[in-house]
Amino acid sequence: MIHVFAFYLFAVLTIGSGAVTILARNPVHSVLWLILAFFNAAGLMVLAGAEFIAMLLVIVYVGAVAVLFLFVVMMLDIDFAELRAGFVKNFPLGILIAIVLLAEIVLGLSAYRAGALELGTPDGSAAAIAGASNIESIGALLYGRYLFLFEAAGIILLVAMVGAIVLTHRERTDTRDQDIAKQIARRPDEATINTRPDIGKGIQL
Amino acid sequence: MTAFFQSLGMSYEWAWFVATICGILLIALPLMLAVAMVIYVDRKVLGAIMLRRGPNVVGPFGILQSFADGLKVFLQETIIPSAANKGLFLIAPIITFAVALLAWAVIPFNSGAVLADINVGLLYVLAISSLGVYGVVIAGWASNSKYPFFSAMRAAAQMISYEVSIGFILICVVLWAGSFNMNDIIEAQRGHGLGFVNGFAFNLLLFPMWVMFFISSLAETARAPFDLTEAESELVAGYQTEYSSMSFALFWLGEYANVLLMCMLNAVLFFGGWLPPFEWEPLYWIPGWIWLFGKTFLFFFMFSWIWATVPRFRYDQLMRLGWKVFLPLSLLFVVLISGYLMLTRFAV
Repeated sequence: MIHVFAFYLFAVLTIGSGAVTILARNPVHSVLWLILAFFNAAGLMVLAGAEFIAMLLVIVYVGAVAVLFLFVVMMLDIDFAELRAGFVKNFPLGILIAIVLLAEIVLGLSAYRAGALELGTPDGSAAAIAGASNIESIGALLYGRYLFLFEAAGIILLVAMVGAIVLTHRERTDTRDQDIAKQIARRPDEATINTRPDIGKGIQL
Repeated sequence: MTAFFQSLGMSYEWAWFVATICGILLIALPLMLAVAMVIYVDRKVLGAIMLRRGPNVVGPFGILQSFADGLKVFLQETIIPSAANKGLFLIAPIITFAVALLAWAVIPFNSGAVLADINVGLLYVLAISSLGVYGVVIAGWASNSKYPFFSAMRAAAQMISYEVSIGFILICVVLWAGSFNMNDIIEAQRGHGLGFVNGFAFNLLLFPMWVMFFISSLAETARAPFDLTEAESELVAGYQTEYSSMSFALFWLGEYANVLLMCMLNAVLFFGGWLPPFEWEPLYWIPGWIWLFGKTFLFFFMFSWIWATVPRFRYDQLMRLGWKVFLPLSLLFVVLISGYLMLTRFAV
């Protein structure tokens, strides 16, 4: 009973906060609602018995990705009147994207139901290795059966990261860098001198 | 505890429910008391190091000072700036406070004495501690004021930076213990050093990890020398600038609950948690939670000692330490430790 109640609570909150994410006029509010949606999705994962995925969802999406979203969105200078003017202009495009997304969901769900894709059986019986914990099951799959796909995904991410750094990196010559090791290695006797200059002479530095 | 309530004639579901509620209260109420006392200890230690008396008026040795302060802020007026985003402004301290309490669910206080004995315990702690930044960021943004906003930006960057290296350090611990469950991690430390010292910190490969974890936990909880989020010489009081009364007190309580949690994580992950320091029978006569609290208190003392001793970092130095020193080092140790374990424990 409590399972059903929790499922509907999380599901309704996920969809509801997802909807408010789109409807909220203030982008910062949108991001916060998005975070709530992530959270409830993690709750749904716990209910499905995938606690490892749930924790990763919170750590990666809520803990890192959404913080960066928030970071960027908070610094935006938003003109609300302009935003609303753009709404009418972009309305047809938005409808088109919505239709495409809906079609994808329907297609994906029916393909999954038909069992054409080997994602697991619709009744969820292929979920985990019996007797092993969640983490062990995922580890066995990722580092066993899907090792090469997993490594390939890692390499793609690495290439993307290197690409992003190369594209945005620029060599700056006008900055004065701090050499920490040099500073620490500096001793008082080489940094200071003790002199008694003649009157009116001054010292040469 | 569930069995006890069942023996009173409840059905299993109700007994579990009541037992869980009791467990939550058993953790949260003493925690609040501990936070009040720990604030007093912090001020006393600072006073001693700075050669002044510290709080000494309210109660014997000033021991009730925190309660007097609590009463004072409770009676103050809650001021909401007119330009602030009212809802978020009020939610932010609640988030900080609630998140600071959440992570305690998986901390084992004694063998088996844990509210939620889940097998992703450490990941849960990591997930919850990554939420701590939201209270600060939302507070800074909702205040609609310059200095809180700077503070929020700093907090977001700082906490993300140090979470990455904390994650790698925790992976080292998990690799060695072979489990994410906190109780299993503590059990894995039994007799770890030379057969009689309990704790991962006495392992040559994990000791550097502990040093980094300790420094990272200072940064994660924004304690001195990494308290750039409320650097009073630059940012007035950082994200707390616009807060008053109970909303301010909630930040304060949440912050210290987080500090206590980090001290306890140091004890649990590297110093054997509720195990006594050495494998010697008479030491087991002292209950486990006393060992755990003693170790936690030791780390808290180190936290205040550092606060009194070390000057504040500059912001770019903080970022440099996180990304250019801790991240490569912890990554190197993940490789070293997994390599060592492959050679020894998992050798074919």
